[in-house]
Amino acid sequence: MLQPISKTLELKSIQYRRKILTIIKQANSGHTGGSLSAVDILNVLYNHVMNVSPENFQDTNRDRFIQSKGHSVEALYVVLADKGFYPEAALDTLNQYGSHFIGHPTRKVNGIEQNTGALGHGLPIAVGTALAAKKDGRSYRVFTLLGDGELEEGSNWEASMSAAHYGLDNLVVIVDYNGLQITGRVETVTGITNLREKFTAFGYAVREVNGNSIPELIAVFAQLPFEAGKPNLVLAHTTKGKGISFIENQVDWHHHVPTDAEFATAMAELDTAQAAWGASNGTW
Amino acid sequence: MEPGKANLEVFAATLLRLAQADPDILVVTSDSRGSGKLTPFAKALPEQIVEIGIAEQNLVGVSAGLASAGKKVFAVSPACFLTARGLEQIKNDVAYSDNPVKVVGISAGVSYGALGTTHHSLHDLAVLQAINNIDIVVPADNFETQMVIETAVSHPRPLYIRFGKAAMPHLHAPDVHFEIGKAITLATGDDVTFIAIGETVPRAVQASHLLAAQGIAAGVMSMHTLKPLDETAVLHAARHSQAIITVEEHSVYGGLGSTVAALLMQNRLSLPFKIVGIPDEYTVTGSQNEIFAHYGITGEGLADTAQQLLAAPVKVGM
Repeated sequence: MLQPISKTLELKSIQYRRKILTIIKQANSGHTGGSLSAVDILNVLYNHVMNVSPENFQDTNRDRFIQSKGHSVEALYVVLADKGFYPEAALDTLNQYGSHFIGHPTRKVNGIEQNTGALGHGLPIAVGTALAAKKDGRSYRVFTLLGDGELEEGSNWEASMSAAHYGLDNLVVIVDYNGLQITGRVETVTGITNLREKFTAFGYAVREVNGNSIPELIAVFAQLPFEAGKPNLVLAHTTKGKGISFIENQVDWHHHVPTDAEFATAMAELDTAQAAWGASNGTW
Repeated sequence: MEPGKANLEVFAATLLRLAQADPDILVVTSDSRGSGKLTPFAKALPEQIVEIGIAEQNLVGVSAGLASAGKKVFAVSPACFLTARGLEQIKNDVAYSDNPVKVVGISAGVSYGALGTTHHSLHDLAVLQAINNIDIVVPADNFETQMVIETAVSHPRPLYIRFGKAAMPHLHAPDVHFEIGKAITLATGDDVTFIAIGETVPRAVQASHLLAAQGIAAGVMSMHTLKPLDETAVLHAARHSQAIITVEEHSVYGGLGSTVAALLMQNRLSLPFKIVGIPDEYTVTGSQNEIFAHYGITGEGLADTAQQLLAAPVKVGM
């Protein structure tokens, strides 16, 4: 038997996927594949792991989340709305003239810590924030989500040197390892492979999980910190486009917007997934 | 002008004094503590210096993270690397995310002399001016330096501070009023006004002395803040002078001169005007002094420029 929390989160992920596709369809733009890839990680972090909420967002001791792969912002917007940072209706303005809800995270949206979007920026900022916590003797943790294609940016490896050098075991780096970037398979674009070995060599305590498995994500984050004095790295093996059969593992869906027919099929697949959990639509 | 120290030394000493009283002040360096004169700081306050190694992108990103958590961060690195390699981090992590880092470019302009173009920063003012939400200050002498650092600690916005490394003469009395965004007038004269920035300012003062001996009254302004520009001071000078000459240790494109020119044009002020800086060419090899002399950034060179500008007939239309 799964824990009740696990079932709650499974149902949330289904609803988040509905909402992600809905707002992308409505805006007629968005990063579909990456948002579906990352949403289970965000779900577990925000609903089970991190001490952050609208109530404590100004509190120095809150946990921090910095989404370095900023293009998957639709997933983040949907999760933050569910957490109560703003009304869900605000997402109707996604990418519209004058909206704060733009195609990459900005601090004009309540709940977002840093403006990101250019790749390779989140980890250095997270390192600085985690270092400040150490210097101040505070216990908050700093989580950052990176893409695997993003690891081609050298600034990640610069920041990794500092993370290990300063022993930042309050830093949690999660790689959304879906294997695809806009041009094609990451390993054929630049051959960035052996990530476990690379991160281990850079001084991280590394764990590998299925990044679309709620129970596995719950289990791995329960082990934080993995090793005292070492930064934590979760290599989260994910499927780009996860949850919708015809979007999964398709390079073309990096920022493709579903047609009316595709949208209907996707919603039907999510209904089926929800039915398998024995819950009726919208009761999560 | 009384001789003083290198502004860098005053920067480091001021920062050490302030940091001893405020543990939230941090210095972040990229293997640059020696060139930043920060070795005494590192010895006195080892917990308040963060070494990043030779990695300028990370230097700026980490500084942004520290500042977001409430630290008063001075990110110190040679201007040439900091504002080129770290530019996207300055643009996004500092300015756009509004993390109030004090970005300190040292050994700026042609301070590194014969080390060559890789080590010169003649682009930094141009690129940073085009980025929203970062103020830009280039102090001229030791007093301006001390006061900009004292001000910077509690400056609520991102700030770029640019230093050379030459010993600078004192331009001001110790009690000079310094305020970010307010030019300091060093001399007034209605024939020509030099609007100068950073280590070129004493050369403009020398030029004003040479011109005075020839009966030409030259004003001199230390425009230590490039952004936000003291528009009132520029417009006042333009309305009370026959000619304006801007002087900067920077490309003639995109720095002080271009900015002043745009301001004058948009206020319908047309008068003899010259931008003195480093021209758009492979910079001549030499020390900072030799490079300055080559491009006319000396008392004599600037006085000559003023005389030519005042002597030339004013053309109207074609």
